[in-house]
Amino acid sequence: MATAFSAAKFTAQPFPLNPASTTSHDSSIVFAKPTSLFLGSTRKLRLTSYSKFNLSRRSGTVDAVSDVVKQKKSKSSPSLLITKEEGLELYEDLVLGRAFEDMCAQMYYRGKMFGFVHLYNGQEAVSTGFIKLLKQQDSVVSTYRDHVHALSKGVPARAVMSELFGKTTGCCRGQGGSMHMFSREHNVLGGFAFIGEGIPVATGAAFTSKYKREVLKEADCDHVTLAFFGDGTCNNGQFFECLNMAALWKLPIVFVVENNLWAIGMSHLRATSDPHIYKKGPAFGMPGIHVDGMDVLKVREVAKEAIGRARRGEGPTLVECETYRFRGHSLADPDELRDPAEKAHYAARDPITALKKYLIENSLASEAELKTIEKKIDEVVEDAVEFADESPVPARSQLLENVFADPKGFGIGPDGRYRCEDPKFTEGTAHV
Amino acid sequence: MAAIFQGVGAAAALPSSPSYSFDSNKSVFSPRRSFSVRKGASFAVVRSDGTVNLNPKDRRAQLLISNAVATKADSAAASSSSKPGHELLLFEALLEGLEEEMERDPHVCVMGEDVGHYGGSYKVTKGLAKKFGDLRVLDTPIAENSFTGMGIGAAMTGLRPVVEGMNMGFLLLAFNQISNNCGMLHYTSGGQFTIPIVIRGPGGVGRQLGAEHSQRLESYFQSIPGIQMVACSTPYNAKGLMKAAIRSENPVILFEHVLLYNLKERIPDEDYICNLEEAEMVRPGEHVTILTYSRMRYHVMQAAKTLVNKGYDPEVIDIRSLKPFDLFTIGNSVKKTHRVLIVEECMRTGGIGASLTAAITENFNDYLDAPIMCLSSQDVPTPYAGTLEEVTVVQPAQIVTAVEQLCQ
Repeated sequence: MATAFSAAKFTAQPFPLNPASTTSHDSSIVFAKPTSLFLGSTRKLRLTSYSKFNLSRRSGTVDAVSDVVKQKKSKSSPSLLITKEEGLELYEDLVLGRAFEDMCAQMYYRGKMFGFVHLYNGQEAVSTGFIKLLKQQDSVVSTYRDHVHALSKGVPARAVMSELFGKTTGCCRGQGGSMHMFSREHNVLGGFAFIGEGIPVATGAAFTSKYKREVLKEADCDHVTLAFFGDGTCNNGQFFECLNMAALWKLPIVFVVENNLWAIGMSHLRATSDPHIYKKGPAFGMPGIHVDGMDVLKVREVAKEAIGRARRGEGPTLVECETYRFRGHSLADPDELRDPAEKAHYAARDPITALKKYLIENSLASEAELKTIEKKIDEVVEDAVEFADESPVPARSQLLENVFADPKGFGIGPDGRYRCEDPKFTEGTAHV
Repeated sequence: MAAIFQGVGAAAALPSSPSYSFDSNKSVFSPRRSFSVRKGASFAVVRSDGTVNLNPKDRRAQLLISNAVATKADSAAASSSSKPGHELLLFEALLEGLEEEMERDPHVCVMGEDVGHYGGSYKVTKGLAKKFGDLRVLDTPIAENSFTGMGIGAAMTGLRPVVEGMNMGFLLLAFNQISNNCGMLHYTSGGQFTIPIVIRGPGGVGRQLGAEHSQRLESYFQSIPGIQMVACSTPYNAKGLMKAAIRSENPVILFEHVLLYNLKERIPDEDYICNLEEAEMVRPGEHVTILTYSRMRYHVMQAAKTLVNKGYDPEVIDIRSLKPFDLFTIGNSVKKTHRVLIVEECMRTGGIGASLTAAITENFNDYLDAPIMCLSSQDVPTPYAGTLEEVTVVQPAQIVTAVEQLCQ
């Protein structure tokens, strides 16, 4: 049975670098010509056919993904990677992510949401591929590009849209906004505006899981944490510090790198001495995997292994997903630096189109069924917008309500009473 | 209650003024870690209210007070002087508080550099790793930003971590996590996640530790919304504040001082906490309100003795809660004395004193007979040379002069 996604066999031409050589071996170092003005990594980035991949198999290193996929397929005869239900679930999640983000763009330009809004179009396979394998008690930590992570984890579209509109019915009561999606119920631990600062939080959540198992003796606690972040973050100290700690204590965490090649306008190659991020895993004693992040099934296979490892207490994994964002960094980004050819290249690998093709070719679903899903999602998103529109804005009294978990933290006023004891206090009429 | 200063660290808390028989020449100051008690060191008995009893057997009529917090919540503890209690040093009081809370709640855990096997660089976590295990008393790699963030993530998911900064100054590296996540996540998550974390460590100007090990971060952190800051100064309030901080649902930063770890005091046997938001009345008085915290409390009490001899009656309040300020205790005092002197170890610019001055002016301006005076450390990186370091921080002589000026 053919996979819908053929291993991308494209020459390693990271744009807009170095048109010089077109060799298909990735590991050879190509030295920049002396006259080159390029300041950045001289290593080729994008990999050629995976089977030619020649990573040394150090202990714990897992490399090419399509190898894994091929093995699975050769084991049992024509078995598919997913069942029909799974396929439909995945498709629905991908479409939800896409439709929601498209609606966000519309609403932004209509003046319903403000500030920095970072959309996930094109990267849906990573979110769906990983998060749909999690249980409710597992945790997800993301960055500012977090709408779809929250949706995949189960936060209702209504709650996310309301949050974006700044309404009190939002998942964070309108206090967080686009970059700070939290949900206690679904264990979404944010939503962080500074890159890298979510990774230690994720490490802490994984630490709690281990603590519960080993100190509190909750023997069945096998909660896993996923930390999502981008290529730019992989040059940040917190990334490395947490890789070290997670490997050191064998924490149940998976570090998922969404390498979309660009950090706003900074190309990954111009910022990184060795752009192969997955290689940084083995340096800390954990497996480093590279996977095609435009292919939800490949991502899912890798995610199964990584999450399984974590659940079994075998420690962390670093997964680099090669992916791409179809839109700019944020809705304020004119997106002028990226080569249209690069964009076209990835647009052709749209994860939704690819999964659709796979489902239909393997008779897992019909066009009609998929159309029904798309229509359903459209309704969900429209309903979310309506709900958000009709929801009330936060009252003035909400301003001081969640500053402290224990409002005694506002202190004792001149009259001797705790400030929070004054019923007018949270209305903000009392002097702070 | 008497506090016996032992060893090298505590000796530096006393001024080397010739009017005391404490002979600083006899003590040798160790370069960094002052937790070891040096046997045979000469010592004087210094009451924690600052009066010095040079001849411990000579019971002069002393003016002051028990260390009881003069507020309602701790009135039960006010009678601690009548209960037997037990004597210990300040770092032991912190250890005791921490240990009791760890026994009480298995979710309480400790993270930091050298807190486990080493027992803490100031021995505040001594013996805990053996008792509770390596995971509950976690020796972290040197990555302050990340392990503080890890503590925050753990707090969000159900644990109650106590993060130790080996020196408060190192927490500058964790500023990202403390400001962005520790203070803010409860709010930006709409109240969904609480962060019951305690961040603690020794700070302040020590004994020739050099500029970077002599920092006062309370001024840097005070603007962060969503956190509380407390500073301990006696074994009694150290244990009480440690326990209260651990039990609090809010993130609390507990400031300790490098030179106060060897203070000795008798504290109650029974369980008690010190309210995080309350100030401590150290010495009631009539003429002037002196507001202080941490190590400067002892300089103030030293000056108070001189002032009393000169006929002044200062009221000394250890504000303890650096954020928020206890405006009730402070306000009552201002209403009584009408003159305020703030003595702090923070730097002048943007320090706790500056905020306190603003708060008092805003709230009690009508009660003031004179402008508020604020004595702070000089705005310089703390020099290594002993003579220069001495003039960087406020000395008792300066306090005496200031009070005299204020009371003209």
